[in-house]
Amino acid sequence: MKPGTAEDAAALLKTLGEEGRTVVPRGGGTKPWGPPGEGAVVETTGLARLLEHNVGDFTAILEAGAPLADAQAAFEAEGQMLALDPALNDRATIGGIMATADSGPLRHRYGGMRDLVVGATVALSDGTLAKSGGKVIKNVAGYDLAKLFTGSYGTLGLIVRVAVRLHPLPPRTATAIGASDDPDVLGAAATDLASHPLEADSLDVDWRDGTGRLLVRFGSAAADQQAAATVARMEDLGLEERAVVEDDDELWMAQRVRQRGACVLKVSGRIGDLPAVCRTGADVVGRAGLGLFWLALDPADVAGVRAALAPRACTLLDAPPELREHAWADPDPGALAVMARVKERFDPARIFRPGAFVGGI
Amino acid sequence: MRELIGRLRDIVGDEWCLTAEHDLRTYESDGLLQYAATPGVAVLPGTAEQVQACVRACAEAEVPWVARGSGSGLSGGALPLTEGVLIVTSRMKRILEIDLPNQRVCVEPGVTNISVSSAVAPDFFYPPDPSSQIVCSIGGNVAENSGGAHCFKYGFTTNYVCGLEIVLPDGELVTLGGRELDPPGYDLLGAFVGSEGTLGIATKVWLRVMPAPETVKTLVAFFDSTHAAGEAVSEIVQSGVVPGAIEMMDKVAIEASEQMAHAGYPVGRGAALLVELDGAERECETRFEEVVAVCERCGSDDVRVARDEAERQLFWKTRKAAFPAMGRISPNYFVQDGVIPRTKLPEVLEAIDALAQEYGMIVANVFHAGDGNLHPLVCFDGRNEGEAERAEELSGRILDACLEAGGSITGEHGVGVDKKKHMPKMFSEPDLDAFQRLRCAWDPAGLANPGKVMPTPRLCGEVPGVYRQHPLEAAGLAERF
Repeated sequence: MKPGTAEDAAALLKTLGEEGRTVVPRGGGTKPWGPPGEGAVVETTGLARLLEHNVGDFTAILEAGAPLADAQAAFEAEGQMLALDPALNDRATIGGIMATADSGPLRHRYGGMRDLVVGATVALSDGTLAKSGGKVIKNVAGYDLAKLFTGSYGTLGLIVRVAVRLHPLPPRTATAIGASDDPDVLGAAATDLASHPLEADSLDVDWRDGTGRLLVRFGSAAADQQAAATVARMEDLGLEERAVVEDDDELWMAQRVRQRGACVLKVSGRIGDLPAVCRTGADVVGRAGLGLFWLALDPADVAGVRAALAPRACTLLDAPPELREHAWADPDPGALAVMARVKERFDPARIFRPGAFVGGI
Repeated sequence: MRELIGRLRDIVGDEWCLTAEHDLRTYESDGLLQYAATPGVAVLPGTAEQVQACVRACAEAEVPWVARGSGSGLSGGALPLTEGVLIVTSRMKRILEIDLPNQRVCVEPGVTNISVSSAVAPDFFYPPDPSSQIVCSIGGNVAENSGGAHCFKYGFTTNYVCGLEIVLPDGELVTLGGRELDPPGYDLLGAFVGSEGTLGIATKVWLRVMPAPETVKTLVAFFDSTHAAGEAVSEIVQSGVVPGAIEMMDKVAIEASEQMAHAGYPVGRGAALLVELDGAERECETRFEEVVAVCERCGSDDVRVARDEAERQLFWKTRKAAFPAMGRISPNYFVQDGVIPRTKLPEVLEAIDALAQEYGMIVANVFHAGDGNLHPLVCFDGRNEGEAERAEELSGRILDACLEAGGSITGEHGVGVDKKKHMPKMFSEPDLDAFQRLRCAWDPAGLANPGKVMPTPRLCGEVPGVYRQHPLEAAGLAERF
C-alpha cells in the first residue's frame, strides 16, 4: 500500500486500524528489523517530495518518503546540507532514517536526527493526522512529539512529513589520522582529543583485525591547518602512521558503510569504553567522542559480547532473522512502563508492529 | 487538604512545609508577575525520596501540584494552584557527579545553571545559557527546554540532557536514559524536556558538557536601522559562519540599556548587533574578519571589537540589561517570545512598528537574531485604566504576525499559562489531541501542573483502544488470531 498524500495515509491507517490489521511501515526498505512477521506493508515512497527548502532560513520540509540522497543533492546546490550522514544508501528515506534514529560521523558536531528535526506530522492508527513543532529552528510550543517518534521504529504511527534544520556545507574538508594497535593508547588519545575544543566535524574510531586508528575530520576554510595541528597533537598522544588527508570522502564513506552488515551490534557507551569495545574481538567503527560504537561480529558471538560490555545497552541493528527477536536492550523497567502507556495512547488500535519493539511493546 | 498537609509535614519536616500566608506569598508568581496565586501549601523537599513521597501523597489525596525551581520562568509555568501543592526544588542543589573524561555531570534539579559551567571550568562548559543563568535552576531548564544567547550554535537544554531521574505523577520513581546516548526504546527524554512540569518532576539530571572554546571574539556594530542590521545577520549566516551568538537591539532597547549599563553605546542609533564567534583560534580569526567586513558592507560605520574579557563582559551586560532596563522607561512591560524564520525579520519588524503606532504604545525589540527569536517588550503603564489590556492585545497581535510569517508563539519561555490561549492558532484540534495523548500516558489523573500548556482543560479518560491484551494472552496461555 502506497498512499500518495498525508490525508490518504491517515485514511488508510484508520481502515487498517478498524480491521485490526498489523501495519509494517516502510520507507526505502533498507533497514529490515525485528522478527519477520505478517502485516500490511505501508510504504511512504508515494510521499517523496521536498516540500520546502527555505534557503535563507536553513530549513526544509520533506515528505517522509523522500530519499535523503535526493534531498542532499537539492541542498548541496545551494551550498547547504542536512548534517546527517548515515550509512549511505540511495533509497534510504528521511522518514525511515528518523524512525530508526540512524546517524553517521557528522553526529559528533551536529547531533543526531533528534537534534536536527524541528517538526513532524504523523498519522495514527485511528486516522488522526497530527503535527508538532514547526519549521523554525527554535520553538518550545507544545510537546516535542518529533523527538518521541525519532527512533520509535514505526511502532507509534506513520511519520508522513518532517521539518529539519540545515547547515552550511563546509568549504573544504581535511582529516587527521593516527593509528595504534594498543586499545588503551587509542582510548586515551580519543578521550584527549574529545576533551579539546577542536571544532571537528567528526571524531571516529576504526578498529579492525587487532589494529585501529582515530580519524578527525574538519570542515572549514582552515581545515587543512586544523588537521595538521591535530596530527601534531596525535604524536604527543603516542599515535603512529599519522597523516593529513585532504581528499577524504572515501575514508568517511568507509566509516559509514561499516555501520551496516550481516550482523551489527550498536553499543550505547561512553567515551571511555573504547578500549573495552576494541577488545571484544569485533571490528569496530564508532563515534569516539560520543561513546557510540558499531560492532561487526559473528552471530555466534553476540551473546558473549553483550555480556562482556554489560551493563551498556547493545542493540542488534542488522542480524540474521533468527536473532532479530533479541534485537533490543532492556530499558529501565519504570521507563518501559511509560513507553507501554505511550504506545497505548498513540497506537490505540495496536496495529503498528505490536510486540516487535523494546520490551515486547 | 488539611490531612494532606499533615502528611507533607511528616515527609519534609515542619521547617520545610510552608502554610503561613506570609511565607506562601513568596511563591505566588514566577518571573511573570502579572499572574499570581497563593499556593495551598508549599513544600521544600531535600531529597528525591521526599519528592517522591510528596507526589505520592498528592496522588493519593487526588490533589494537584506544581513544581517550581528558582521561579525565574517567564510564562507562568510555575504559577501555583490555590487548591494545590507547590513543590519547590531549591534545596536540592548538590552536584552529584563530575566525570570530565566522559563529559558528563549529574546534578540535583535545584542546582543553578551557572554552577554547572563553574563546576567544570575552565576546560569544559555547559552551553545552554538563559539570561537568568545566575539564578535559574537546571530542573526549571529541563521543564522549559531553556535556550539562551548561545543556542544558535550550541542548541538547547534538550540537546544536553542525556539522563533523568523523575518522579511520575503517580509517585513512581523512574530513570530515563543515563550517562550514555541512545538509550533503548522511545525517546522519553525528548518528550520530557520542555514538557513544562506536566509529565512529572525531575530529581536528578545527567548533562553533557562540552570542551570550552579555545577563543572567543566579540563585536558590537551599530546600524541606522534594524533593517540594515537584519541584512547583516542574513549575510553572516549565509556565508557559512555559525556565530556562537548573534543578538540585536533596536533604538529603544539601546537607549534603555545604556542608561543602566553605561557601556558608551551611541544613543539614537537604529540598531546594535552583538556578534560573538567562538571556537578554534585560527578559524575564529578568519571568520571574524569576514563578519567585520559584512557589518561594514551592510552600512555599519561603527564596529567595536572587544579588546579584552572586561570589555566583552560589558557588551554582554548591556545586552542582558535590556529587560530590567525597560523598567526605567516604562512602569510595566510585557515580554513576548515569538519566533520567525530569520528571512522574515524585516517584514515582521515593520509589522510590529505599525502595530505599536496603531496602539500608540512603545515596543522595544531585543532578540536572538540568529534563530529568529524575537523578544518584543510592550511598554505600558498599569495605573492607566485599560492600558494593560491593550498591551496584552498588542502582544497577541505580535504573535499573530509571527505565526503568519511561519513562526512560533514561543522560542524559549514556554507556553505556561501566558500563551496557552494562543496554542489553537498554531495547532489544530488533532494536533492538540496528540499532545494530550502524551500527557495522559504520563499523568492520566491530570495532577501535574494542570491548567498549563493546553488551551482548555481536558480529561484523559480510558485508553481509547479497540483492543487490549487479555490476561491469558499476557501470560502466554492464549494467542489472538
